[in-house]
Amino acid sequence: MAARKEAVMNNVRQELALANAQELMNKASERCFAKCVTKPGDSLSSSEQTCLSRCLDRYMEAFDIVSRTYTARVSKERHEGQQAAALQNL
Amino acid sequence: MAEKFDEATQKELASFLETQQAIARLNSSIQQLTTTCWDKCVTSTPSTRFSRSEENCLANCVGRFLDTSLFMVQQLEEKRIQHQGGR
Repeated sequence: MAARKEAVMNNVRQELALANAQELMNKASERCFAKCVTKPGDSLSSSEQTCLSRCLDRYMEAFDIVSRTYTARVSKERHEGQQAAALQNL
Repeated sequence: MAEKFDEATQKELASFLETQQAIARLNSSIQQLTTTCWDKCVTSTPSTRFSRSEENCLANCVGRFLDTSLFMVQQLEEKRIQHQGGR
């Protein structure tokens, strides 16, 4: 039973991580296509490929910056909220 | 068919799922905010690293977006109070 519970939980975690990664890739493709492939030709030129590869790196970096800034802000405000609540209880 | 989970396990799974749903909402906010801030801050052709100003812009973009959400809620609340006071 415990093993089956763990299996269910791991499944959910994996699905969630997969969905998140897929969304990141979809958005990166959309943004980088717009930026790098301005006039679609017969095939991706080497300069377009260089641009796409850099763009993907920068997009993931942007995701990382946004993610860290967002969570830092949320945890700071949660902390301040707890302090305010603690002060009121004094 | 596999036997049902006992009641304690069902409760544990329910609260686990609630947490996971909260994480999913957080993920989707971050995804949305990434595209919004990318469009605002990254205007040049992508290079091997962000410029200092792009990096600052991305971090500021998140902070000001959250400030904006809070500000809007406060404004709405003020308008609601004014509206009630005017009657």
